[in-house]
Amino acid sequence: MINPTDEAMIIMENVSKWYGDFNVLSHCSTRIHKGEVVVVCGPSGSGKSTLIKTVNGLEPVQDGKIIVNGTEVTSKKTNLARLRSHVGMVFQHFELFPHLSIIHNLVLAQEKVLKRNREEAMEKGLMLLKRVGLEPQTDKYPSQLSGGQQQRVAIARALCMDPVAMLFDEPTSALDPEMINEVLDVMVELAYEGMTMMVVTHEMGFARKVANRVLFMETGVILEDSPKDKFFDNPATQRAKDFLANIIPH
Amino acid sequence: MFSIDWSIIQQSLPLLGQGALVTLKITVTAIALGMVIGTLLAVARVSVYAPMRWLSASYVNCFRSIPLVMVLLWFYLIVPHFLSSFFNLSPQTDVRLVSAIVAFTAFEAAYYAEIIRAGMRSVSSGQYSAALALGMTKSQTLTYVILPQAFRVMTPLLLTQGMILFQDTALVYIIGLADFFRTASNIGKTTGNEIDMVLFAGAGYFVVCFCVSVTVTMVKKRLKL
Repeated sequence: MINPTDEAMIIMENVSKWYGDFNVLSHCSTRIHKGEVVVVCGPSGSGKSTLIKTVNGLEPVQDGKIIVNGTEVTSKKTNLARLRSHVGMVFQHFELFPHLSIIHNLVLAQEKVLKRNREEAMEKGLMLLKRVGLEPQTDKYPSQLSGGQQQRVAIARALCMDPVAMLFDEPTSALDPEMINEVLDVMVELAYEGMTMMVVTHEMGFARKVANRVLFMETGVILEDSPKDKFFDNPATQRAKDFLANIIPH
Repeated sequence: MFSIDWSIIQQSLPLLGQGALVTLKITVTAIALGMVIGTLLAVARVSVYAPMRWLSASYVNCFRSIPLVMVLLWFYLIVPHFLSSFFNLSPQTDVRLVSAIVAFTAFEAAYYAEIIRAGMRSVSSGQYSAALALGMTKSQTLTYVILPQAFRVMTPLLLTQGMILFQDTALVYIIGLADFFRTASNIGKTTGNEIDMVLFAGAGYFVVCFCVSVTVTMVKKRLKL
């Protein structure tokens, strides 16, 4: 594994967000270095997904500062589309474009956003499909693929944009159990290659294997931000202990 | 016992053909332009600029609250004045066809806008997020991701709306425009075969609409809607 550098890729400072009176995120701060893999976990409704969506500005915040690769996401002047074009995101429900074939799912943003020509975009798309083991599915449509295959296509689609970091929002939560590993394998490989990754997941096996750090959240607060080993062997809060006790045995 | 006089129908076919052409012109133009304007209205309805949303909503609500016959008559009375002062046309120029096309387009745009808006709302919010997350702008997201899906889902409804429009074109009767129906009726009046002619015209509309209906059913099956 490539060791993370000291260069910060994602910086969150005192990020807070409300839905009306409801405080979804409360003073969240963390720093993710280049090449680091950070797993975000916690009970449902704790704000993990909201937190990761603030990183590329899909969820606006009311307070605090977020800086990604030197660009201030929370500034009004920031061209969010431009920032997002090099921060990949993978969603729980894949969100492939159902009206486009697999290869065109991969080509669309390359052409429209990065202004690559068709040939170049196709070549890149095919290369990445091959990498996630789905070259034979090039001309199929998303609905013809299994959930695991769709999620691998979604990862390939994000990688086509040559991202500097990848955000994963519960990438395996909507999958049948036997398809989880094929997706995790792709993610593990990515982690070993040195991709900066922020991953919301309940897959503690994945966290143990590749994470550098674990963020544990509850009710919109980052309760723990610890190196992986410390989090698993000796969590600082009782809440994290209970959480681990409840999910690890299975 | 009443029996249809086929010879009169046969003799009138060339004239009826001209009438059918007028009907077709109105239908096709109003569908095409109505859909374009309807799409713009639907997109304006989800604009970040509040005035755009209000403008679009008022347009749609306004046209959906007025009977089509009145819109038709209204445009018939206004468009000629407008056009003749604008293009310096002589007052004798026959602008009935143009005014009918403008009226139907304006009216249908409101309905198409609502259909397309419903189609856009049927696309999950995750699709917007995915497109935006890839760095697409809002307009790219609408153009390449949301609208194609909305149109696909809405194809049967759009076709049905087109069929309703086709039937409604017979309303140009009140502005004396010789479409298929008016031509049939006119011939009947002069030859004394009005019943035969109107029945025949009705059959004409029926055949076209029936075909569209069957197509709608096939399209639904094909698209698995």
